[in-house]
Amino acid sequence: MKRRNFLKTSLGGTVSAAAALGGTVFSGTAQARANLEPAPEAVGMLFDSTLCVGCKACVTKCKQVNDMPPIIEGDHTAWDSARDLSGDTLNVIKVYQNGNRATKDAEIDGFCFEKRSCMHCVDPGCVSVCPTTSMQRNPITGIVTHHPETCIGCRNCMVGCPYNVPQFQYNEVFGQINKCQMCNQKGVERIDNGQMTGCAEVCPTGATLFGPRKLLLKEAKQRMAVKKGDIYQYPRGDISKPDNYYEKEVPDYKQHIWGEKEAGGTNVMHISSVSFDKLGMPPLSERSAPSVVEGVQHTLYSYLALPALALAGLTYTVKQNTSDHDDDDGGES
Amino acid sequence: MSQYQALGGRILTKPFMVLGLIFAISLYFMFERFVTGGMGAVSNLNGGFAWGIWVVYDVVIGTAFACGGYALAIAVYVFNKGQYHPLVRPAVLASLLGYALGGFGAFFDMGRFWQFYEIFLPWNWNFNSVMLEVGLCVATYILVLALEFSPALLEKLGHKKLLKLLNKVLFLFIALGILLPTMHQSSLGSLLIAMGHKVNPLWQVMHMQPLLALMTAILMGFSIVLFEASTVTVGFKRNSETHMLSGLGKIIVGLLIAFLVVRFGVLTFQGKLGLIFAGDFASFMFILENILFVIPLIILLSPQRRAQGSKLLIAGVCLLLAGSLYRFDAFLLTFNPGLGYNYFPSAPEIMITLGVIAFELMAYILIVKLLPVMHREEHA
Repeated sequence: MKRRNFLKTSLGGTVSAAAALGGTVFSGTAQARANLEPAPEAVGMLFDSTLCVGCKACVTKCKQVNDMPPIIEGDHTAWDSARDLSGDTLNVIKVYQNGNRATKDAEIDGFCFEKRSCMHCVDPGCVSVCPTTSMQRNPITGIVTHHPETCIGCRNCMVGCPYNVPQFQYNEVFGQINKCQMCNQKGVERIDNGQMTGCAEVCPTGATLFGPRKLLLKEAKQRMAVKKGDIYQYPRGDISKPDNYYEKEVPDYKQHIWGEKEAGGTNVMHISSVSFDKLGMPPLSERSAPSVVEGVQHTLYSYLALPALALAGLTYTVKQNTSDHDDDDGGES
Repeated sequence: MSQYQALGGRILTKPFMVLGLIFAISLYFMFERFVTGGMGAVSNLNGGFAWGIWVVYDVVIGTAFACGGYALAIAVYVFNKGQYHPLVRPAVLASLLGYALGGFGAFFDMGRFWQFYEIFLPWNWNFNSVMLEVGLCVATYILVLALEFSPALLEKLGHKKLLKLLNKVLFLFIALGILLPTMHQSSLGSLLIAMGHKVNPLWQVMHMQPLLALMTAILMGFSIVLFEASTVTVGFKRNSETHMLSGLGKIIVGLLIAFLVVRFGVLTFQGKLGLIFAGDFASFMFILENILFVIPLIILLSPQRRAQGSKLLIAGVCLLLAGSLYRFDAFLLTFNPGLGYNYFPSAPEIMITLGVIAFELMAYILIVKLLPVMHREEHA
């Protein structure tokens, strides 16, 4: 009997312990999925920090399109004082300053402007972590949209976004998550109607350029290939049908297109003559976090096979061990 | 006659009323949060720190504190250590209350609480989401814990037939009650993976997150049993359960060594050992955390010390602090969403969490006095 008990216990113990812990250990060596690829007809924007003059027309237009109130600070009612993204601000222009701030686009003793809005990741963290599928990536355009009707407000999208883009309306009892949906959400649908994003439409210098991701990437590479000081024809509006071009000397671009590869890439890309870590971009590698975590999740939970196996082993073991104790009034708990 | 007894005694003791007062204060802020002001009015949550103490303490740490029932179930029902059986029922009660209130905590934190049920609708499910697994699994486990605890209520009410029927199938729920925490406690670690660079490298171990989270959960589960059993012995003036607890101490030693080996092994493999001595805040917290892991190991390694109730209690408390700090460090203290974001919980935010804890303690005291939860003492 003793021996039998021993065998049972060790067998059962091994099965469940192996199933319980082994599953997680196994995930360490499991093959995670690759980064997602850009959507077939991905649309996005190219923000060229060296062209931005900080007029914030895009901030105002964004509020109009999305029907959001300006942020008022003190007596400054003449302009929107939004300093960062919030539940009521989907797009802001921030300023980089260094030293005596004498020269535009200089890293030392200079200043420049940087746009903050949803980057529309190719492999979006917010979509991956959302339990209720309230964040979605359009399979054709790659636009990342939010659907509050199923959202429970767990705010995992906020912590799962490398750029802190999704923002919750904390100051309302019945608030919601808000983020840039590239002006294509229900009721706005500018992209579906052949228009461009509001911010690109009003940008006077073409710092924010709208268009297919492929063309934008090509444009960015072209600008980088030109020698500093040479004249380049800068387009405005939509790169696939620019309103017009204007001539300007090419600045000293950093040879880095933010969003070409970062964490699987983004549909909104940035170029600049100040390095991106100074502009507040996060330290990202090429591998997307969703690709790692989904690898772990699917190793552990694919078809619920491991949990089912573990449950079978546990049920058997527990059954054996509870009949061993055998007390008259039951009371196993 | 049942092996268990209700402790009886006066309900409205001074400690009970103090807890009641704390809970009453928290009700005021809950009203503000749900009715008049919203989350921003009572909390310091912001765009970078979307998760504060309501998630990190109430859910991530609170449910680990509530792992006593889980840890004991593994010992008793998987490894057939029947001698710990008397500890199971009070531990299951503590787990039930801990998890139920973790559920409440999640509800306070839910930005769109009025449609919380959307997570239970299968057509909404995103199978890539760790949060989905956590949400569904925790909800199911609360039900399982309620069933596991229900014999105490049925005994009290004298439902003999129902009790018999329940005992016939209880093994199924016990098995589920071991599987479910294994799943969601490891997933609480997986939540960190998606946060990527925001989690400090000393805690961002990517693939190994679920294993470390699970191991700390089980460690904290055993520690809370040490803690509860010692506290109940003193608080309710019952006979010492030290003889049972010292055996648990031995189990903890094994687990603790395994945890430290895995943790430092991973950090070595990922080439991060140097960060431990970087001299910054993260390295300080890491060292503090690991001192708290090592102290109980040193205490419990000696059989003499394991036999002393006071030493067991110290070891248990150290481990609970260590496990809590591990989670606090990863999710909040060294969490860095980027420039310009800071977080420290506001007073109302802390009051709501304290209110939740006070309510949990009140419910525990009330239930052990009214229902047969504690094991009957041989010579009372």
